[in-house]
Amino acid sequence: MMGRKGLASLTSVAAALLLWFVVTTLTGLVSPGRFPSPAEFWQSLVQIATRGYAGAPLLAHAVQSLKLVLLGFAVAVATGVPLGLWMGWSRRAEAAINPVFLLIRPIPPLAWIPLAILWLGLGDAAKIMVIWFAAFVPSVINAFAGVRAIDRPMIEAARMLGTPRWRLVREVIAPAASPMIFTGLRLSLQASWTTLVAAELVGALLGIGFVLNVAQQDIYPGMILVGMVTVGLLGWATTWLLAMAEQRALAWNMAARD
Amino acid sequence: MRDTPLSFAERIGWGALGLAVLLGTWTLLTASGLVPRPFLPTPLDVLDRMIELMSAPFAGATLPQHLASSFERYAYGVLLAALIGVPLGLLMGWFRWLDDIVTPLFDGLRFIAPIAWVPFAALWFGTGIGGPVLIIFAGAFPPCLINAYRGARFVEPRLIEAARMLGTGNLRIILEILLPAATPSIVAGLRVAAGLGWQSLVGAELIVAAAGVGFMMVQAQANVATPTVMAGMVAIGIVGMVIDVALRQGEAWLRRRRGLEA
Repeated sequence: MMGRKGLASLTSVAAALLLWFVVTTLTGLVSPGRFPSPAEFWQSLVQIATRGYAGAPLLAHAVQSLKLVLLGFAVAVATGVPLGLWMGWSRRAEAAINPVFLLIRPIPPLAWIPLAILWLGLGDAAKIMVIWFAAFVPSVINAFAGVRAIDRPMIEAARMLGTPRWRLVREVIAPAASPMIFTGLRLSLQASWTTLVAAELVGALLGIGFVLNVAQQDIYPGMILVGMVTVGLLGWATTWLLAMAEQRALAWNMAARD
Repeated sequence: MRDTPLSFAERIGWGALGLAVLLGTWTLLTASGLVPRPFLPTPLDVLDRMIELMSAPFAGATLPQHLASSFERYAYGVLLAALIGVPLGLLMGWFRWLDDIVTPLFDGLRFIAPIAWVPFAALWFGTGIGGPVLIIFAGAFPPCLINAYRGARFVEPRLIEAARMLGTGNLRIILEILLPAATPSIVAGLRVAAGLGWQSLVGAELIVAAAGVGFMMVQAQANVATPTVMAGMVAIGIVGMVIDVALRQGEAWLRRRRGLEA
């Protein structure tokens, strides 16, 4: 069942955990003020899960962060993918929108955080705005590239058969561009998490980034690690869900490739 | 796609229209009083403020000084990522056991956003130069490692077999076969790393710095100095663009040189 690769991974992770235990607990090589021991990590986890930390239990923080990421991501995808498809379809749209893009794109999404806070305060709206900015660009670019990479004859054949325009978009363009679109979505999702954590670190009242922020101020390494692990797990879980969705949506394509 | 490519004049025309719509809406929003000016200054206000910041200090330094201290951290972080990531990637591409050890740990760590390292960065290295450098490193390291690894992994097997047959040692195979063969991939990775590093820098400075453009922007935000915030955004955008153009040029130069050699 488990191949050589799986066994090696397991050994490697187990060795890393053992090393963690040895340097923090057995030998005290790394002081607890710098990095928590496994026991401290566990205590912090129990504390935030049951009694709460930074104003709420872990679940509430995680749900808050997850909610904002999914909302921002959804808004970005719902606006970015159609815009990218349109730019890929119409040379005029590309010519008009590209310069605007070139102007705005060099500004890293994180640089919008102060402006978002200035405009919308520390609440959810500012975070959704920043995530939207961050996740928008990869959605647009990949949808655009996906349309441009479609074989012209395929479109011309559909056209020749008198396919109405919206069916052409729905049944030819969108599916043909979808592998690229999904690549864009993956990048968008990653960008969403990075941006959210940064935005919550700068200013928030709930969320995993806020936990990290409070733990940093309290100089509480155990809780910092709990926050980081939670961010990692949430990022991993959402990426996995997206990969599952991709597999379902692109089943036809995968089969064709095999 | 729908029609034949546009002529040059048409491209320019549509491009100008797009930019005009953006800048026009922006100016109109504030000039008409629809959005209060302290919240959305006009493009000219931002330009004015940028020129002013060239000589007038804000948050302890002028804009060029902030940029210089940002750039210093940035250079250290990206350099460190390249110096560790590229050799490690090459070694992982050659020694299977190293690949087996590092890959699962690396995959696990990759899901943690670089910016989530901020609290440990501040705890371990403070807010001067060390903390931000760690975060830039966390952002720039993965593409360095991954691209060097992939480049080394997909080297023409015949080259390696030939070298092996001639009794070439591990070190020489890595330096004289894997490294040159992986160079295009490595350079592409460095370009991605440079971009991600610049992004991480901004995030790091918003949170854990006592100088730099990001710090200037946070201070401006606290003082509701919107033109200064936007001036910072423009400055960051320009520097990011210059870095990208410079690296693209370097990449093209390298490709030309290799093309001549081959």
